[in-house]
Order: sequence, then C-alpha cells, then structure tokens
Amino acid sequence: MTFWLLLTVNSITFGGLLFLLAAGFSLIFGLMRIPNLTHGSLFMLGAYFGATFVGGMLGLYFNFWVAALIAAVMVALFGAVIERFLLRQLPGQPLAQVLVTLGIAFMIADFCLMVWGGDPINVATPSGLTGFIRLGPLVFPYYRLAVIAIAVAVALGLWLLLDRTRLGAMIRAGVDDPDMARVVGIRVSQLFTIVFSLGAGLAAFAGIIGAPILSVYPGLDFQMLPLALVVVILGGSGSLLGSFIGSLIIGVIYNFGQALLPELSYFVLFLPMLLVLIFRPQGLFGRFVP
Amino acid sequence: MSAARKRPAGLSGRAVAYAIALAALATVPYWMPGEYYINVSSQILFYAVFALGLNVLVGYAGLVSLGHAGLLGIAAYATGYMLESGYGHPLAIVAALVIGVASMALYAVLSLRATGIGFIMITLALGEIIWGLCYRWISITNGDNGINLHGRPHPFGFAINTATSFYYTTLVVFLLAMAAVTVFVRSPLGAALMGTRDQPRRMNALGYHVWAIRFWACMFSGLLTAVSGVMFVYYTQFISPQAVDLTASAEVLLMVISGGAGTLLGPVVGAALVVVVKSVVSGFIERWNMLLGAIFVAIVILMPEGLVPGTVRLWRLAWRRLNAQRGAKAEAKP
Repeated sequence: MTFWLLLTVNSITFGGLLFLLAAGFSLIFGLMRIPNLTHGSLFMLGAYFGATFVGGMLGLYFNFWVAALIAAVMVALFGAVIERFLLRQLPGQPLAQVLVTLGIAFMIADFCLMVWGGDPINVATPSGLTGFIRLGPLVFPYYRLAVIAIAVAVALGLWLLLDRTRLGAMIRAGVDDPDMARVVGIRVSQLFTIVFSLGAGLAAFAGIIGAPILSVYPGLDFQMLPLALVVVILGGSGSLLGSFIGSLIIGVIYNFGQALLPELSYFVLFLPMLLVLIFRPQGLFGRFVP
Repeated sequence: MSAARKRPAGLSGRAVAYAIALAALATVPYWMPGEYYINVSSQILFYAVFALGLNVLVGYAGLVSLGHAGLLGIAAYATGYMLESGYGHPLAIVAALVIGVASMALYAVLSLRATGIGFIMITLALGEIIWGLCYRWISITNGDNGINLHGRPHPFGFAINTATSFYYTTLVVFLLAMAAVTVFVRSPLGAALMGTRDQPRRMNALGYHVWAIRFWACMFSGLLTAVSGVMFVYYTQFISPQAVDLTASAEVLLMVISGGAGTLLGPVVGAALVVVVKSVVSGFIERWNMLLGAIFVAIVILMPEGLVPGTVRLWRLAWRRLNAQRGAKAEAKP
C-alpha cells in the first residue's frame, strides 16, 4: 500500500514537471504549428544554468529560487533570439523551421557537454524543503509536494493569462485562426516571439525545478523531448487542459512502468499514444489534427 | 523513342559520366591509398543505401521521418541477436530483413495517421521509444554494452572478412539498391507516390488510395533501411543504443537533405559528404554534434534544395550566362 501511494505521489510530481515542459511546447505548437525540437535542450540548459548559479559562480552563491528565476529569464531571452533571428528567416516553411530547431538542439547538447562535462551534477534540495511529512505510515518528501504545488500554480497562472487577459485573447485567436487574427490587426509574428520565449522560459524553469529530483546530465534533453511530444500527441496541441491531463497520464504511466516493468518503461509510453492516434488523432483536447 | 531520336549520335554526356563513376567505384581498392580509406568507402556505400531508403519517404513521398535510425537498429539488433542465439548467417540475415520490414509496417500504420509536421512528431517519438527499448530491454539487447558480432558470412564460399572483399559486397548491394530505387521512381507506383506528395486531395479524387500508396512506399523504404542495417552491423561487428538514437536519425536525414531530397544521386552525395566530414573531423576534434547542428542550420537556411539540385541550378545559370554573352558578342561583331 505504502509503495503504491508513494509511487502515485512520485508520478504526480513527475507529471507536474512534464506539465511545465509540455505547456510551452503545446502553446508554441498551437500557435506556430511547429514542434520545437529544442524544447528538451532548453529544459537541460535551464537545469545547467540553475545548477551553476546554485553551486556558486565567481564566488556568488544564489538562493535556489533566485537561481531558478534567473535561469528561466536567461533561457527565455535565448528563445526569443532563436525565434527572431533564425525561425523568422523561414516564414511559411514549417519543415525548414523544424529542421533548424533540430540543428540548434544538437548544438546546445554539445555546448553543454563542452562547458559542464559528462558527469551528472546533483543539485541540493532548496533549504526549508529538505524534510519529510509523515502521515501515519507514509512519508512524503516536502520538495515533491512543493513541485506539485508549483505546477498547479503555474497552470492557474497560464490559464488566467490565456483566458482573462488581452494578450491571452490574442494568443487564442492566433491559435484558432492565424490569418483571421492578422486581418483584425493582431500582430501574430510578435506573438510568435512572446510565446516562444515564454515556452523557453517555462521549459528552463521546469529544468531547474526538476534538477534536485532528476539531477542534470548529458542526454537529459533528448530524454525529455519525446516525453513532451507524447504529452502533446496525447493531450492535443494548443490546449492547456490537454497538456495538464496528458502530463498527469504520462507521469503516471512512466513512473509505474519504471517500477513495474523496468525493461519496458519507455515502451509502455507507446500505449496511450497508440490508442489516441487510432481513436482520436487530434488528441484528447486538441483543436486540430497536426 | 523520342529520346533516341533526339540524341542519334554517340553516347550522351550523362551515360559517359555514369560509366566513369561506375569504373571509379569498381576500382576503389586499387587507387585508394590504404585500408582505412577503403573502409570509409564501404561506410559511404551502406550509408548511401540507408539514405536512399529514407529519401523514398522524404523526397518522393514528402514524409519526413525522424526515427529511421530506430528501424536500422531493429534490423541490426535482430542480426546480432540471432547470431548470438546460435543461428547461422543466412537465417540471421533473412530474419533481420523480415523483422525490419515488419517493424516498418507497424511504424507506418502509426505514423501515417498524420502527414507533414504530425508525421515528424510521431516518427520522432517512435524512434526514441525504439531507442528506449534498445537501452533498457537488457535481456535482449544487452543494454548500453550492446551486442558484439563474431565474424562475417561466407556467401558462396567468398569470405568477406577483409576490407576489400567487404567493399565489393557493399558495392553490389549499393548498386542493387540504386537500381531498385531507379525502377521504383519510374514505375507507376513511383509516379503515383509523387502525386500524393504534391496533390494528395486531387489524387484521392482521381481514385488513388493515397494511404495505401504511402504505406507501400514506407515498406520499400523499410526494406532498404533493413538491408543497410544488416550491412552496418556486419561492418562494425557491434551494435549499441548509440546507433539508434536521435543523432543517428538526424545524420541520415542530413544526408538526404544536404545532397538533395527527391533526386536519385542526392542521398549518395549527401552520404559521402556526411561520412567524410565525420571521419575527417573526428580525427581532429570531438565536437561532431556541434558541427552536425551547424551544417543542418546552414543547409536549411542557405541551400534548402540540397547540393545536387543546387549545383545543377548554379551550373545551368552559369552556362546560360556564358551562352548569352557569346550570343551578344556574335551579334555585336557584324
């Protein structure tokens, strides 16, 4: 019983991390109609930046949360640069844009290997959240519960942003019908930059928030990218609710798979994807078939 | 008929070029300076078969697959596993081809639910799942340690354990693959496939079964990929998850795109380019991925059509300019 409950909590924690990663991926995909293949790399880059700030740089030691924020902002700026100076060069050529993101992903992977080396970097759990909470026979680490809380808070924040603000209404209009949005005077290309850098920042934030659990190592990028892809295929592109539910499902399947069928843990991810592709190709909450 | 009437006298320039290329390929072991270079040539040829297979999808069907290394890996692992279980070479090769093509059928059924960008996403996810399987399913694949092969087959008493004999075997396979792709592209199925690439809805309205045409193209691509997987594993005598990862899929896609997708020679030129750059560069620096990514970005932005069509275009442009200048001079004289 304890085993199952603990596994469930771990699954939900991982689902929360996946949501932070996949929400941006899904928004970018919904608006720009391209899967951003650098997304896993941005996650890893955020984790490495955060780890560097926390571990001390030039004699300065940052608080974990401050480090997370700085890393997210840096990667968000980097995302804006990628969108402005590379993807913008290839308007209306989604295939070329995807290939450019793939090329950049390789460059980031090699850059990280060059700067931080091949050994995994462990990031300490932020002070104040190192303990456990005891409920009868159950023991939950505070930090995992905090990750769930953060994911829920970010989900709420994104929902408010998309549903209640002018910017959100513009983004929704761009997702549903980019041409018509342009006609009514929305500068969709400006939204591209905003959404791309928002997604990049969220991915980086997820990277550093996840670092105390996953640690940071080369290959993390292409381990996370397919998970984000599967979440979006499952949940549907451009849908916040889809990303949320999809992340939870994938979090549960991945963790239970790893515990019960360790040899096939990656393979069981295939199952929900298979069912969705056969019965509902646009995803559970998707608005269009990619 | 009409082609024969157009060029009545002698051989066309193209036929001469092909004859020279064929003669050069057939004599590689005699003019290459050493065994290392013969091995590099073998690598170019079996990667060219792989790239030809991917090009059937990318170039002629307009479907960009980012998980093809996974399919190559399945055939390679199947060969390794069969040999390790004590079966002979012929059975191992047949089993690898059958398993490779069967996996392609499943891969195609899933990924052909979408086209365009959706196809890329699904194939990428499938490729990574195959990687995960190779990495984690230790009882079959031996995990990160991979599977070692011992020895190469002896078809008809011809031992292919030296660099030269392996090169000739690869050359034969390559020429067969090249002929098969040429026939395929010129066949009605090939024409229909290009139709589904350019005008899927119109093809559908004309009564073609678009899905089935794409599916059979996938199967042909899968066969070529499985063949190159077998060649690959016999060449390296070793298979590990590294051969299956996204980098490997991206490398072969780079071969197709850099050479020129949708051309017969493009993937071959691309394979030569990538293999040579990779083996030359790895002698000096370890940063292959950085360079791979940079070449990708550069090719996509600067020469999206690929080297072969790009060079042909530049050549024609120069030729036309030259002719125009001559014509202008000739007119100016009298």
